[in-house]
Amino acid sequence: MSQLIFERGTQGHRGVALPKLQVPAYTLKTKLRAEKPQLPSVSELEVVRHYTECSQRVKGVDHVFYPLGSCTMKYNPKVNEDAANLEGFTAIHPLAPEEDVQGCLEVVATLEKYLTQITGMDAFCFQPAAGAHGEFSGLMTIRNYLKRRHEDQRTVVFVPDSAHGTNPASAVMAGFTVKQIPSNAEGNVDVEALRAMADETTAALMLTNPNTLGLFEKDILEITKIIHDAGGLVYYDGANLNAIMGIARPGDMGFDVVHLNLHKTFSTPHGGGGPGSGPIGVKRHLIPYLPSPRIENGRIHEDCPESLGRMKMFYGNFGVMVRALTYVMILGKEGLRRTSQVAVLNARYLEHELSRSYDMAIDQPCMHEFVMTLKRQHHDLGVSAMDIAKGMIDRGIHPPTMYFPLIVEEALMVEPTETEPKAVLDEAVRVLSELLDLAASDPQALQACPTTTPVGRIDEVQAARHPILRWQKGNE
Amino acid sequence: MSDYIASSPEELQAMLDSLGLKDLDALTGHLPEAVLLKEDGWDLPEGMSEFEALAKLKKMASHNRIYEDLYRGAGAYRHYIPSLVNALSSRGEFLTAYTPYQAEMSQGLLHSIFEYQTMICELTGMDVSNASVYDGATAAAEALLMCRDPKHRRVLVPASVHPQILQVIRTYGEAYGMEITVLECLHGVLEESVLREALSEDTACLLLQQPNYFGLIEDAETLFAAAAEKKVKGILHINPIAAALLPSAKEAGAVIAVGEGQPLGMPLNFGGPYLGFMASVSAMMRKLPGRIVGQSTDHEGRRAYVLTLQAREQHIRREKASSSICSNQALCALRAAIYCSAMGTEGIEQVASHCVSNAHYLAQELCEKTKLKLKYPGEFFHEFVTVSEVPSGVLLKHLEDHGILGGLPLSDHEILWCATEVNHKENMDHLVELIGEVAA
Repeated sequence: MSQLIFERGTQGHRGVALPKLQVPAYTLKTKLRAEKPQLPSVSELEVVRHYTECSQRVKGVDHVFYPLGSCTMKYNPKVNEDAANLEGFTAIHPLAPEEDVQGCLEVVATLEKYLTQITGMDAFCFQPAAGAHGEFSGLMTIRNYLKRRHEDQRTVVFVPDSAHGTNPASAVMAGFTVKQIPSNAEGNVDVEALRAMADETTAALMLTNPNTLGLFEKDILEITKIIHDAGGLVYYDGANLNAIMGIARPGDMGFDVVHLNLHKTFSTPHGGGGPGSGPIGVKRHLIPYLPSPRIENGRIHEDCPESLGRMKMFYGNFGVMVRALTYVMILGKEGLRRTSQVAVLNARYLEHELSRSYDMAIDQPCMHEFVMTLKRQHHDLGVSAMDIAKGMIDRGIHPPTMYFPLIVEEALMVEPTETEPKAVLDEAVRVLSELLDLAASDPQALQACPTTTPVGRIDEVQAARHPILRWQKGNE
Repeated sequence: MSDYIASSPEELQAMLDSLGLKDLDALTGHLPEAVLLKEDGWDLPEGMSEFEALAKLKKMASHNRIYEDLYRGAGAYRHYIPSLVNALSSRGEFLTAYTPYQAEMSQGLLHSIFEYQTMICELTGMDVSNASVYDGATAAAEALLMCRDPKHRRVLVPASVHPQILQVIRTYGEAYGMEITVLECLHGVLEESVLREALSEDTACLLLQQPNYFGLIEDAETLFAAAAEKKVKGILHINPIAAALLPSAKEAGAVIAVGEGQPLGMPLNFGGPYLGFMASVSAMMRKLPGRIVGQSTDHEGRRAYVLTLQAREQHIRREKASSSICSNQALCALRAAIYCSAMGTEGIEQVASHCVSNAHYLAQELCEKTKLKLKYPGEFFHEFVTVSEVPSGVLLKHLEDHGILGGLPLSDHEILWCATEVNHKENMDHLVELIGEVAA
């Protein structure tokens, strides 16, 4: 099917019935809408069938292996959903009196306590709704801190060339100028280049460790010291925290601000693109500069004179916080450490097995993810990373992240996560090797993939040149 | 304790063996000694079973008080959520998918977002909608950025906008170098003369909330017309339920419509997750931030959907992107779409008119039978402000003692009340009786 819900049903269907109005009907005296909104006109069963059919044309972690690098597509435990759906949480109004929301504040405080231990930071703010929102909020915290210390001349944020695109975009949103830091041949930050660039205009360095190539920045202490010596702050992008829980902590590496992705590391479902949660953690000296209100000791403190202000309505994506807390409670200290260890083991094993047939971007032991390059095949056979990815779809595996990081040509970035068993990894090795064989023997067959999906490769140029962004009668 | 690790210990050892490693610790042996975390370097409880964890969380949830009868809105509204919304949106296929980058294996999701965009266009009257953003307040903030240019950096916004939205746009505005000017609202709404006085050469846009924070209906059409005379763009922050009855944002003369999508099938959830919707006239399409789904065809000419207009976005433009946002609230948008499908046009109109009728009944009863008075003379939707000599705290405490969460205290003597379709007459009569006991 590819029928839209607007193309289903017939005119005159009434929606879900409401109780009869028991009070006199009141008609507004102000001007009313001239043209009615045209929402679908379908029966309840048609709605159920429609969305059930939609669901059958989406693949999630519940279906398939999803080694999407940098996204940490681990299993989303079902118990998290039960916890988040407790009526004692879902029915609570965000502006109810403080004494009536103590359970919610307990969730926030407990999760904050656990996250500070996991990261080595001193406090967390949960307002940010996603990773990029966390970056923006963290950088605004830094900006606010510098401003209040009369260090307005610090306007430059360093971002490595291997960084996620949200890093530079968030820095610009927060009013900073971005300077790119080169990577060295081993894929790490070029420490000498950084040393030469750090000066009195340096506001911050944004870094993820392990980096987007899956490598642990061995010179991390040196790197954070360079920035601190220059008077700047160091920002940790928590996208890759799944590699190091219980092994090393950003707080101990010299980072001043971190953001985490509860929807990555802490197993809350991605939901097809959200809702996530991107809490930011800071060292003690930065606490007053965080977004407000602050939640502390069962109180919601609106009065935070040095705060940067509010980043979002209310207190953040509370429902996501409940899921993450459930996960941390169940795993506990040993479980979290083992999680990261096995995340690294799965990636290292997969990399090792695949390196027999594929070229790796860097010849270094990876942490929780690694990057392959199809540069050679692209040159020799005309087969791209995209072709391999689409071939994987037909063989029941969600493709890795493609064409990222930007410093690697024809990149495929693979993050298997700890929740996949060895058998799945072995099968992925078999599939990927077979695809390389196909690339050599019949590249056109590979370029025709996927063929098992409801639609084949889509004309993206047409979509962008002649945008059709909504249904209208007649454009079907 | 469970750690969700699927390999058996034997399999883990086999993998280690193939790497020539002794144990799991050897995997991180190459990390600098100085950063390695010691066993006693961090403090976290031991893990527990699912059963124990749920029991603890239930205990925490029991420390909240659930009000069956509730008259508080102010940005988060209790509406009836049809059962199919939870049943369908909690399907693992939707729940555990990623952003639909791999369009061929995500058609169902893209399809549902495309439908969501259509519904938002219908509710707002606008031409294009994005796939949603974090919430209603950040949607307003992103809308300001769409209107910015080097010569126009001033934003006009009346004091009748939700204070938390004001706080968020102040934060974003400060980052963008935009100046926020708050206009006074003597009678709870923005008056045309106040606006005309404030319009200046450097004004980029006017942001209104409809209905506004006090529940009142702004004369958006007149205000946006006055703004348009000075080439100032109109942004209308709407309540999507009220949108079924009130003139659409487009009809009112706005070029951007934003709002909080929570009333469309999201539970209160202590403030989140919700979703912000954003729609605009086609001329501003390429300035919309966030994900947008478009229709195209595959190589066989079959209709297909794909994330589009990505040249606006951070993964292409990096520091030149219009916003750093790279996600949407997809699952919440799905819930909103299912809600709209289940209710239909008539259903949402009915929800809206029940809200209006219930709120007006409550207001009238409070004014007739107790000493509460309406603060503002203007027409309201489903929220209204009362004043009384009896302190707000006394009134609300009395209600809470009887299991009712009253309106939001705005000051010692003012309360912002809300009624929706879920508030019943007999409960409202009870509430009025209780208020009468302390403010007769």
